[in-house]
Amino acid sequence: MSFLAFASPLAARRAFLGRSGLLLSGSAIALLAGRDVLAAKSGGSKASDAGILNTALAAELEAVAAYQVGAESGLLQKPVLALALQFQGHHKEHAELLAKTVQKLGGVPAAAKSRYAFPVEGLKSQADVLRFAAGLERGAVSAYLGAVPLFANRELAKAAASILGDEAMHWAILRNALGENPVPEAFVS
Amino acid sequence: MLAAALVAGDPKAGERIYERCQACHALAYDRVGPRHCGLLGRRAGTVAGFEYSPAMKRSRRVWNEQSLDRFLADPLKAVPGTTMTYAGVADPKERADLIAYLASAACDKR
Repeated sequence: MSFLAFASPLAARRAFLGRSGLLLSGSAIALLAGRDVLAAKSGGSKASDAGILNTALAAELEAVAAYQVGAESGLLQKPVLALALQFQGHHKEHAELLAKTVQKLGGVPAAAKSRYAFPVEGLKSQADVLRFAAGLERGAVSAYLGAVPLFANRELAKAAASILGDEAMHWAILRNALGENPVPEAFVS
Repeated sequence: MLAAALVAGDPKAGERIYERCQACHALAYDRVGPRHCGLLGRRAGTVAGFEYSPAMKRSRRVWNEQSLDRFLADPLKAVPGTTMTYAGVADPKERADLIAYLASAACDKR
């Protein structure tokens, strides 16, 4: 089910967490549901997994900032702005959960930068903003795809894959909004 | 690996493969990862102002076709401790295309 069908981010989150329980188990559920102690006690290479999650966290924090730039650009029409803010909300949720998990695994969560360098001078239309966001989401899908096989803890890999799925949906919706084929290929790489 | 053993790369194909890198990298500015403009010939861990992992700073490698090929194939094996927690680009042709793109990309391209 698309997040777009939910009336509010809270409703979407509740539904997501509820539905995730049908698909995910063990420490992934603990992670997503906030049962931190259980997640922290799961097996695997803690330092390595924390490092993988921290790189993902840094990218999620940048995505939150990028959507903020888009939202404040004044270039987005109302429905598109609502969509951008919804996607930003997902990235915030990803970042919150990643940060908590890094901490429980004994790492220090990456912090948001005080300033990000974005190509704002190239954002002159709604399409520019959508293309910029689509590029970030497309990259994020590849980044998670490249991270999933690295996790020592398979439940964390599963949780990362669930984020990958969410960001792939963002990418498809953004492509669709740009008038491009939303799902051009059978596989992502 | 000898230079002659590397596959010839197509920068146009590499531009598409570079889309995978854009969660963390850009050509002209630093993001989660450092900028790629001017990468070939640069000593690893030396973009001013970018906070590298200690492992990358210690790696002492210079980025060229061979060292990039090894790194892109398996970043964590090539530089254990790198924050580029990515499984790598398994296909030698894709790596060659990506390196060809990085070698040819204009530095003013965002």
